[in-house]
Amino acid sequence: MNRRIDSFRQILSRNRAASAALGMLILLYLLALFAPFLSPYDPDDESRPHSWATPSRIHFDGIRPYVHPVSFTFDDQAQRIYVEDTAVKAHLGLFVRGHLFGVVDDPANPTTARLYLLGADSRGRDLLSRLLAGSRISLTIGVVGVTISTLIALLIGGIAGFAGGRVDWVLMRICEIVMLVPGFYLLMLLRAALPLDWDSRVVYASIVLILSFIGWAGLARIVRGLVLSIRERDHVVAARALGVPPWRILTRHVLPHTWGFLAVQATLSIPGYIVAESGLSLLGLGIQDPQTSWGNLLQEAMSIAEIRLHPWSLLPGLFLFFAVLSWNLVGDALRDAFDPRGDE
Amino acid sequence: MSLLQVQNLSASFRNATGAVQVVDSISFSVEAGETLGLVGESGCGKSVTAQALLGLLPARKSIVTGSIELSGQELTGLDGPGWRKVRGKRIAMVFQDPMTSLNPLLTIGVQLEEVLALHQNLSGRALRDEAASWLAKVGIPDPSNRLEAYPFEFSGGMRQRVLIALALAGKPDLLVADEPTTALDVTIQAQILELLRRLQEELGMGMIFITHDLGVVERISDRVAVMYAGRIVESGPSSQILSSPRHPYTNGLLESVPGFRPRDGRLVSIGGTVPSPGNWPAGCRFHPRCDRAIDICKIDAPKSDVDSDRICACHAPIEDHP
Repeated sequence: MNRRIDSFRQILSRNRAASAALGMLILLYLLALFAPFLSPYDPDDESRPHSWATPSRIHFDGIRPYVHPVSFTFDDQAQRIYVEDTAVKAHLGLFVRGHLFGVVDDPANPTTARLYLLGADSRGRDLLSRLLAGSRISLTIGVVGVTISTLIALLIGGIAGFAGGRVDWVLMRICEIVMLVPGFYLLMLLRAALPLDWDSRVVYASIVLILSFIGWAGLARIVRGLVLSIRERDHVVAARALGVPPWRILTRHVLPHTWGFLAVQATLSIPGYIVAESGLSLLGLGIQDPQTSWGNLLQEAMSIAEIRLHPWSLLPGLFLFFAVLSWNLVGDALRDAFDPRGDE
Repeated sequence: MSLLQVQNLSASFRNATGAVQVVDSISFSVEAGETLGLVGESGCGKSVTAQALLGLLPARKSIVTGSIELSGQELTGLDGPGWRKVRGKRIAMVFQDPMTSLNPLLTIGVQLEEVLALHQNLSGRALRDEAASWLAKVGIPDPSNRLEAYPFEFSGGMRQRVLIALALAGKPDLLVADEPTTALDVTIQAQILELLRRLQEELGMGMIFITHDLGVVERISDRVAVMYAGRIVESGPSSQILSSPRHPYTNGLLESVPGFRPRDGRLVSIGGTVPSPGNWPAGCRFHPRCDRAIDICKIDAPKSDVDSDRICACHAPIEDHP
């Protein structure tokens, strides 16, 4: 195992894309971990006068940054046009109201100015804050989902491959039935069967379970194949000849030999889960407003008119893109590390 | 009563068209404290015989008939849990390839403790001490530290010692050693043979030693059974078999290795190759390669001719040796 980790390190040192991707993932997950502190506002802190406010322009007083409050007029298509009120300065500072940075409250000089680094949404909520809050869901759902489906796959595939015969036949037919149904339709069907007005935590858990339910079958078939070959290895036959009971042979002498492969497979399937959650949420079947995820943030960017008027609403897609790309690159590097022929 | 009494044991593997016989009605016995050398070329059914003795042949793909009696208990027809009470505790096995027969992901100590815990009611400190004492018994220096080592940190000879410790940890009545020295170089081979002999004496167990190396047979076996194409063609006390073989096949084997039966100082090879299971010739299976073959050999399979403690299945046995 240590050899694998060394090999992974070596591959990272040669493969710049993969090491950049690993760095990107670490950054994204750190951002998600400290999201409430790093974001200037709470994700559901709304301000109707700032609907679709453009990203704030930051000015400097020497080195002290400030923003102007904004007010709006309407253009001929009834769209708001924001204008800076240059008479008033609202200074920015660190550690404001429990957040890392934000507009400083000055009791002598109250201001309506708000800081929108990445613009605001239709209800005047800060997109950056919502992005960071949403990353907690979008980035964890893949990892949790993959973990659960890998465990199911280990159990089902392991038993099928090890027991063989009728047990194997029945389990593999069940896998095929699950795999037969196109994933996204199954996803929508399962979600539609559940109430939409659940508590957000329950929705999160149910989405994870649904994703895992779809993901385990393919993996289980691969695990079964691996187990079929591993159980014929000399050390497994030797363990049987020494009287080790079957369950122990499966859990100690067979399944641990699939872990390397599963680690790679799991890493490479995380992007699929992230995208699937986003897809569900985009269609309104996943995480519901006011809860955020990258998918449901993109709901506001579903028409070309919206994108033209508020291009910043596409930013969650960019985060999604980088997260998925990074997981794929890291997964590829892991796969190379585990591939005995991967020396070219 | 013999420790192990095998009667008319046959084994065949199912395939798409039917079944291919690999072991054909062999009989032999092993006494406590005795070593039987099972000799033959590759593909003659030695290893399948060994696996049948431990019930390791896959039930769905193989058919085993005949009788295997261990201290009077019939083993054929046992179910999974029944076999598990036999394996390791009453019959244990040492495998051919020490490089692949240990789990590479677990330390030597963990593997040894796993087997010890199956057979003895030990845990914690006592289990660990027992594991270390077994490593010491098979001659591994610094045993308590070596328990922490992984198989890849051991040489082939040391791994084979560990495998022997694993096999003997259940204090079996019978040890089946399937070519345990084939993968090792000659000096290590000698050490392993010596070790097996010593431990056999200590534990008073019977041993079946499977090999194709007649030199090894001479060193370790009390009796020898020679297999050819799924049958035992000759058996008896090893000193007699090796000095005056009666079956032409045994004779041919001995003439092909240095040090046994010099004929003008030259080694002679047996012409042809071993027929594969399913393609066995009629009559005596050795007749196409036999220079003593007569007409009856092509039609009639020779019956085992029991003469005192020697058995030979041949129509034209070699009677007198120079």
